[in-house]
Amino acid sequence: MNGAAPLFRMEGISKRYGGVRALEKADLTVTAGSIHAILGENGAGKSTLIKVMAGVVAPDEGTMTLDGREVTFASPAAANQAGIVCIFQELSLIPELSVADNIVISDPPKRFGMIDRKAQRRLAEQALARAGAADIHPLALIKDLPLSRRQMVEIAKALARKPRILILDEATSALTAADVAKVFEVLKRLRQEGLALLYISHRMNEISELADQCTVFRNGRNVASYRAGSKSDNEVVELMIGREYSHIFPPKPTRPQTVAAPVLEARNLSWSDRLDNISLSVAAGEVVGLGGLDGQGQRELLLAFFGVLRGLSGQILVDGKPVSIASPAAASDDRITMALIPEDRKTEGLMLPMTVRENLSFAALDRLSKAGVIDRAAEQRLIDDMVELLAIKTAGLDIPVGALSGGNQQKVVIAKWLMRQPRIILLNDPTRGIDVGTKQELYQLMRKLADAGAAILFYSTDYDELIGCCDRVLVLYDGAIKRELVGADITEHALIASALNIHGGSGRAEQGEGA
Amino acid sequence: MKDWRYWLAEQRGTLLAFAIFIVMFAIYSGNHPAGFTANVVQTAANKGVLLAFVAMAQTLVVITAGIDLSVGMIFTLTNCMASWLVIGTGLETAFGLVAVLGTGLVCGAINGAIVIYGRLQPIVATIATGAVYFGLALLLRPVPGGSVNEDVADFLTGRFFGVVPASLMALFVVVLVVWVPFRRSELGRAAYAAGSSETAAYMSGVPIRRGKFLAYTLAGLLAAIGGLFLTFFTYTGEAAYASGNAYTLFSIAAVVLGGVSLFGGKGSAIGAIFGALAFRTIGDLLFVFDFDPLWQPLFQGIILLIAVSLGAFALFRVRNRLEWFL
Repeated sequence: MNGAAPLFRMEGISKRYGGVRALEKADLTVTAGSIHAILGENGAGKSTLIKVMAGVVAPDEGTMTLDGREVTFASPAAANQAGIVCIFQELSLIPELSVADNIVISDPPKRFGMIDRKAQRRLAEQALARAGAADIHPLALIKDLPLSRRQMVEIAKALARKPRILILDEATSALTAADVAKVFEVLKRLRQEGLALLYISHRMNEISELADQCTVFRNGRNVASYRAGSKSDNEVVELMIGREYSHIFPPKPTRPQTVAAPVLEARNLSWSDRLDNISLSVAAGEVVGLGGLDGQGQRELLLAFFGVLRGLSGQILVDGKPVSIASPAAASDDRITMALIPEDRKTEGLMLPMTVRENLSFAALDRLSKAGVIDRAAEQRLIDDMVELLAIKTAGLDIPVGALSGGNQQKVVIAKWLMRQPRIILLNDPTRGIDVGTKQELYQLMRKLADAGAAILFYSTDYDELIGCCDRVLVLYDGAIKRELVGADITEHALIASALNIHGGSGRAEQGEGA
Repeated sequence: MKDWRYWLAEQRGTLLAFAIFIVMFAIYSGNHPAGFTANVVQTAANKGVLLAFVAMAQTLVVITAGIDLSVGMIFTLTNCMASWLVIGTGLETAFGLVAVLGTGLVCGAINGAIVIYGRLQPIVATIATGAVYFGLALLLRPVPGGSVNEDVADFLTGRFFGVVPASLMALFVVVLVVWVPFRRSELGRAAYAAGSSETAAYMSGVPIRRGKFLAYTLAGLLAAIGGLFLTFFTYTGEAAYASGNAYTLFSIAAVVLGGVSLFGGKGSAIGAIFGALAFRTIGDLLFVFDFDPLWQPLFQGIILLIAVSLGAFALFRVRNRLEWFL
């Protein structure tokens, strides 16, 4: 399709994490002197693809060829050596070191075996200038820089390595509009200099401005490659959709538009640069979904409700009355009875080496205690109820919770909070990494809890779940609610289109500023 | 050009430790019956450098976000060795010096290998190796004794040109020969990077393992230099358990006073040296003000608490409470 010989080619690359297939016989061809955009929704395999390219993970099968020769990379350093440099979404800068230290980190200039600080300074200044970020002082420490500046340093660092293939994974996500313009100029110049650039972004307008070639990923495979501009945004969205519906969801109640008074409300919540003027309400018996791409402020929103964030502006109301929630302990006390099922059950949800019994009782110890002493009989009764309700499969209550399967661990996290009979339940991507059977049980449970009067706020990166479980879905973009979808309007097309903040599809897309 | 501002920010911890030390030492020598004389300075230097060497050793490991609870025992072991080996003719003494320092290097390298390649937690690994090193020390010196080449000892604990304490000069030379090259080498930077953010360092292709290994190994060497000087001061070797442990704990205190972050990636051995000297001066201060020496541990504790609280102020600025636990 292209006249020039391919610089780099990946063929039949597969990668599995446990039972989850992240890449399935994926192919990709990269040509020098072009910008190649990679598109796909959350979990489509883009991140794994570039991790394979950059030597961070080894593929299970498949081959990579550079300049027609087959290559394998044992480490990021090996990939760098070969001229493949990646700017990762999670930054790879070292916070306690200076900008200059970071820019030359992989190969500092040396004199008499020691780092030549003058030369380092010079290289850093050149790299910063090349990245269009000459305003950053090379001696500043990374930890003192705001995120947007750090991202510019990250770009300068990549350029200092003289890459032949430069991969940008959401590299502009934290940049200001002025920086984006500068970076685009830099990227176009690099294209002219003959570099191959891989550009991963969710911002359609960026892709249409920059890209020469586009490849769409879905379910770990490359499903389409086309010349940039030859397909409309809507066609691209169609290409990104198309997973089989493999989950069974409980029927949603066909109740009239909520007349119940809201249990949980937010008014004009803002925090740092992550939450932007968010107002929402959740009524008893309602399951409200949070949609959008990963990392658009959904997690922060849940943490804000749960009393984890400081310096929050705006108001949180419970039962129509303003409350101030200063800590998770305050959020879960008897007045509010809120529960948060965290995203990372291994660090925020469970104490893995402790027993199932201990983990189950943690959140409810105050209720189970009399004068500071735990009432063993009451604890046992409640635990028995929970194990039965959630059908937790465990060899016993006194084995470490770490010995359970992922799905059962997640059930323990949920059961732990249900022991307090919460009226407000926040769920942060609770089905990530658990098997389909357990997922179905959780969907049933969620609906059962809602029917029993709980107000549920449910963030998921899986669009099927949002469609199948939620009465309403709020789609976040850049920390703000961009769109509300109700009932039958919750479709995959509408979810993706609004997550990307484009105005295609059916319904009433609200006016975003177009990133 | 506001380069100096960045320099100042980077050296803040070190400068603070320096200032604390200067103030304390000024009060001390100002109230000393003999005043600020070469003798007073020499005595203070000789007392201070031992902890300074051990604190430097601790700094190297703490920079990698580890901790070395065996430094005091390497210090004790090398003291016992030196009391056997650093004696006799010039050549024999030289051989003894090399053997003692080599032992320190090996002890440090063993710590590093266990922590890095054996993937044990530093705290556990070094408690265990520390016990082993002390066991060896006890085999060498079941009862205190031995001797040392007194010419070398007196030369290195005396004064140059009648004013400059030789032990202080030795400390200076060690900084120049060990610390400065480490700080400026690629592996030294790798040690800092690994301590600051190991994932980011790995992603950037930094030689994390070699950097950390070097840090642990040099820590052993520095502790051995400390042990050697202990022998020069006392002319004997003693496998003293309490003293070894005290040096380990005081080295951590000195490192913290010196502005080295226990979370890793930040700080300098120079700061730790002043931290150590300041920590030692606390005891001397009590002496000149005629306090009962029984008060010493209590006062050292209070000073340490104050110094550590200064470092905790940053937590008040955290906006996401989950970051308290990172």
